[in-house]
Amino acid sequence: MTTADATADTSGSLGDAVRDWWTNVRSGQLGSLPIVIGLIIIAIVFQSQNDRFLTASNFVNLIVQSAAFATIAMGIVFVLLLGEIDLSVGYVSGVAGVIAAVLLIPDGNEVSTPIAVALALGSGIAIGTFHGLIITKIGIPSFVVTLAGLIAWNGVVLLLIGSRGTVVLQNDFLIGLANDFLPESTSWLLWALAVLIFAGVQLNEVRVRRKADLGHDPLTLIALQVGFLALALGAVVYVANEDRGIPYLFLLVGFFFLLWTFVLGRTRFGRYVYAVGGNTEAARRAGINVDRIKIAVFAICSFMAAVGGLVLASRLRSVDTNAGGGSILLYSIAAAVIGGTSLFGGVGHIKSAILGALVIASIDNGLGLLGLGSGEKFLITGGVLLLAVTVDSLSRKAQAQSGRA
Amino acid sequence: MTDTPLLELRGVSKHFGAVIALHEVDFKVYPGCVSALVGDNGAGKSTLIKCVAGIYRTDGGEVIYDGKPVNIHGPREASDLGIEVVYQDLALADNLDVVQNMFLGREELEALRTLDEVTMEARARDTLQSLSVTTIRSVRQTVAGLSGGQRQSVAVAKAVMWNSRLVILDEPTAALGVAQTRQVLDLVKRLAEQGLGVVIVSHNLHDIFEVADNITVLRLGQNVAEFKRTEVTQEQVVHAITAGKLTKVPGIVDTEEVTA
Repeated sequence: MTTADATADTSGSLGDAVRDWWTNVRSGQLGSLPIVIGLIIIAIVFQSQNDRFLTASNFVNLIVQSAAFATIAMGIVFVLLLGEIDLSVGYVSGVAGVIAAVLLIPDGNEVSTPIAVALALGSGIAIGTFHGLIITKIGIPSFVVTLAGLIAWNGVVLLLIGSRGTVVLQNDFLIGLANDFLPESTSWLLWALAVLIFAGVQLNEVRVRRKADLGHDPLTLIALQVGFLALALGAVVYVANEDRGIPYLFLLVGFFFLLWTFVLGRTRFGRYVYAVGGNTEAARRAGINVDRIKIAVFAICSFMAAVGGLVLASRLRSVDTNAGGGSILLYSIAAAVIGGTSLFGGVGHIKSAILGALVIASIDNGLGLLGLGSGEKFLITGGVLLLAVTVDSLSRKAQAQSGRA
Repeated sequence: MTDTPLLELRGVSKHFGAVIALHEVDFKVYPGCVSALVGDNGAGKSTLIKCVAGIYRTDGGEVIYDGKPVNIHGPREASDLGIEVVYQDLALADNLDVVQNMFLGREELEALRTLDEVTMEARARDTLQSLSVTTIRSVRQTVAGLSGGQRQSVAVAKAVMWNSRLVILDEPTAALGVAQTRQVLDLVKRLAEQGLGVVIVSHNLHDIFEVADNITVLRLGQNVAEFKRTEVTQEQVVHAITAGKLTKVPGIVDTEEVTA
C-alpha cells in the first residue's frame, strides 16, 4: 500500500509511479524497503549456513513461531502510533492464557470453550481500559503505568496458576488454534478469494475516483500489484501445502491484519489515532476526545496481547508459572519497531507488526537451526533492533534534509 | 463595505485575577473587509481573539454577531456561528496529509461509517483552487513536506471550508520569508473579496498596510486608536501603539471589578 499512497494523486503512467516511489525513497521515505531487503539477507545467510532453513517444513514453523509476536506487536503498533508504550503486554498475554487454561481444566467445574475464550479476551480489554484510564485521567506516563502492570500482572499469573505449577491444555479448540492446518483445497479457495477481493477493491477505488474526477493509480500498476499478491500468496500456499498446510494461525493473523488496517485507514477512529500521535494539541483543537482515543488504544493493545496469549498457550499446549515471561514482551515491541513503526508517534502501519515478527522469528529460528543458544539469539536480535532504529533515524535525517520533516 | 458590522465588540472586558487584559474594548469587523488588530506585546490582541473564539469568557461588555448579541461558549459554538481562528502555530498534524488535516475532526463519512476519502479530497482540492492556492503539488502530500507559506495556506483553507463568515488570522506572516508572505497576503485579500470578514493580528505594519481596510490599535488592553488605512501613515500607527492615550491608568484596579 505504500506505493498506492505515494502515487494516489497521479493518474499518469507506470513510469511516473515508479519515479514518484524512487523520489520518496531518496528523500528518506523508505516504507517497507529496508525490512524486505533485511528478510532476503537473513534468508540468504541462514540458508548458506544450514540448508534446512528454506524448507517447506521450516517455512510452516516460521509462520507458527511468528504468529504470537505478530499478534501482540499489532497492539504495540497502536500504542506506538500514539507515541506511548505498553510494557505489560507480555504478562497480560500470560494472564489471558492462564485464565483460558484454568477455566477449561476438565475437573467438573469447567466452562464452555466460547465462554472461556471470551473471558480471557475480555480480561485483556478490561486490563487495557484500566491502564488507559490511569494514564489519561490521572496523567501518569504510560511507561510507568505499564511497568507497574508488568510486575502486577506477573503476580496475577502466579496467583492464578497457584500450586498447580503447570496446566496442560486438554481443550480441542485451544490446542487446535496453533496446531491445526487448513485442508489444501480450502487454502486455495481462500487464496482465490483474497486475490479477487483485492482486485475488486482496487478497481472500485479507481472507478469512484474517476467519477469524482480525481487522479488514480495507473491500471498497469494495479495489475502488477494484483499479480504480485497472487504470486506471493500463491507461493506461500503452495510451499505450506508441500508440508502440513496453511496453519490456522496464518488466517488469525491475516484476519487481524485486515481488521486493524481497515480501522486505521478507513475509520474516524483510526484517523484520530494518527492525529493524536502526530500532534495532540491539533487533535484536541479539532474537537477530538484525546483521552477516549488513548483509552481505546490501550484496550486494543491489551486485547491483542490476550489473543497472543491464547496463541502462545496453544503452541506450548500448556501454561505454567512462566506464562507471558521471557522474551515475549521484548520481541513484540522489537517486532513493531523493526517493522518500521516510529517510536515518536504518528507513523506506522499494522503490516510492520507482521514484517517485524517475521524478522524476529527468522533470526530466532535460524540461529536455533545453527545450534546457537539464547545468548547468541538475544545478542543478534538486539543488534538487528538497533540497526532498524538506526535506519529509521537516518531516514528521518534524510527527510529533514530534503525538507520533508 | 456595508454599514452593519458582521462582528461588533462593545466595551468588552476581561481580567485574569488582578490583571486587566482587556478594558472596555470596542472592535468592529465588516464583511468583505480586512480589519487589522495591532499593538505591542501584552496589548491584549490574543486575549481579544480568544474571547471571540469562545476560548475565554468575557467579564463584561457585549459581543454582537450578525446584529444579534451572542455568548460564545467554546470553539464549537464559534464554529457553528461561522467563526474560525487560524492560530499562529497552525495546529496541523505533520504526519497527516493536506486532505486529512483540512477535515480533521469533521470527516465526511460514507453510508457504512467509513471515511469518504473521495468526497473529502475533491472538496479540499476545490477549496484550495477557489483560494487560488496553486503551489501545493498534491493534496495527498503530508503537511511535513510543505513550506511555511503552504502550511499557512492549508490552515486558512481549512478554516474557510466550513461556510465560515469570519476568519481570524493570528500573526499569519510571522515566520515566513518574503515570497511566502506575499502568498499569504494575497490569500487574505481573496478571503475579503469573497465577502468574508477577516481579522488579521500582526506586528508587521508593512503587511497590515498592504491588506487591511481598518486598523484598530490596542495598548495595555485598551482601545487607543481606530484608523482607516487610506487616511493614516505608519508613523501615526506606531505612535498610537507605543504612546496612545489611555483612558484608564493601568495597575490601578477597582476592587469592584476584581470581585465581579
